[in-house]
Amino acid sequence: ANRAILPARSSRPMASYGVPPALGVAPEMMEEISTGTTIMACQYDGGVVLGADSRTSTGTYVANRASDKITQVTDNVWMCRSGSAADTQNVCAYVKNLVEEHNMQRRGDEDPGMADVKLVATITQQLAYRNKDKLSAGMIIGGWDRKLGAQVYGIPLGGSMQRVPFTVGGSGSAYIYGWCDNTWRENMSRADAEAWVARAISLAIARDASSGGVVRLVTIHDKGSSRTMLEPRHQSLCESELPVIPRG
Amino acid sequence: DRHAGMAGTGLAPDARQIVSRARSECAQYLSFYGDRIPAQILADRMAHYMHLFTLYWSVRPFGASSLMAVKDEHDGYALYLLEPSGECQRYHGAAIGKGRQAAKNEIEKLDLGNLSAAEAVRHVARIVYATHDEKDKEFECELSWICDASGGEFKRVPKHVVDEAVEAAKAALESDDEMDA
Repeated sequence: ANRAILPARSSRPMASYGVPPALGVAPEMMEEISTGTTIMACQYDGGVVLGADSRTSTGTYVANRASDKITQVTDNVWMCRSGSAADTQNVCAYVKNLVEEHNMQRRGDEDPGMADVKLVATITQQLAYRNKDKLSAGMIIGGWDRKLGAQVYGIPLGGSMQRVPFTVGGSGSAYIYGWCDNTWRENMSRADAEAWVARAISLAIARDASSGGVVRLVTIHDKGSSRTMLEPRHQSLCESELPVIPRG
Repeated sequence: DRHAGMAGTGLAPDARQIVSRARSECAQYLSFYGDRIPAQILADRMAHYMHLFTLYWSVRPFGASSLMAVKDEHDGYALYLLEPSGECQRYHGAAIGKGRQAAKNEIEKLDLGNLSAAEAVRHVARIVYATHDEKDKEFECELSWICDASGGEFKRVPKHVVDEAVEAAKAALESDDEMDA
């Protein structure tokens, strides 16, 4: 596992974001919106699986209990975001823009919607490193391309980049490092890999207060990518979570 | 970079400046995008650079043209012709410099699609010797290539291949002379 990834938790007191004053929470006590999070990605035989929880917290208030932390950069590359929500959203927007510009210049016969995973990861890393004093963003890039196949790159807080077979990130990752190390297997099947990621995220949600909600999964392989959501009622470890779609 | 190289004619310092800029472009691309610069992007950047000097009164256009050979993972081997006007066009075969008209005529006779790199070296040497104007002046024929044999890297053609090609070229020249006489 990539030990360099630190749990990202913003602790800068700032003006309140989106919290109704009626709740009686004083603005000075609010923290910036942070994706206190669990994110992870792993390679399997033929592709990658990315997973994330869905809780966005501002201090103790859950600002969004069904947020989407896995963002699509190109047809074949997706990015998991952890740390400051604003920082990662904007970095992701920059990366998308730069990759698109780059693809426009490269006239090629291959699909213009695709990009090399390493290219996306390097651009993200350059942005993270050059702005390291201003950003609080930990990201995981996962994707599939024809050149190198399935790839996962971890880009933690300082702006380093490392290609890894699997990695975890966010505040919840600290609780599952050992479990992941112990149960990881090379070249799993797609179903096994998805189950493994879902289980890991559920375990992190069970123990980390800043992680919760649904488990979102994205699978990317040579034929394309697909996205699923696993609700808490299907995950036995998260029974205390509210259902996303109300029952009855 | 390793996968790209240039040959220039005209004012030598201007040609060197072009090479220097191309090297910077390659290095900068590698540092930001993490991979070797694709042929078409390098060609575009060099064209923009050269065109820049035709836009402002305070600088003069480059006094040199150059041929750029790049290996691209998607396009294969690409040959680009860079001109001081800022034109940058991809060619199957090209010639620049004093004897370029004659050289272009010779190139057009070749079946470029079916030549191997080794055969092409021999043809290039022959054409260079055939089109060299001042018959009495000594000159050195320098050959570089980028092909599978060179491992996809821009390198000098190995000495024994050059010697062979030059010998064949000189022989062809003599036999032409004999025929003319």
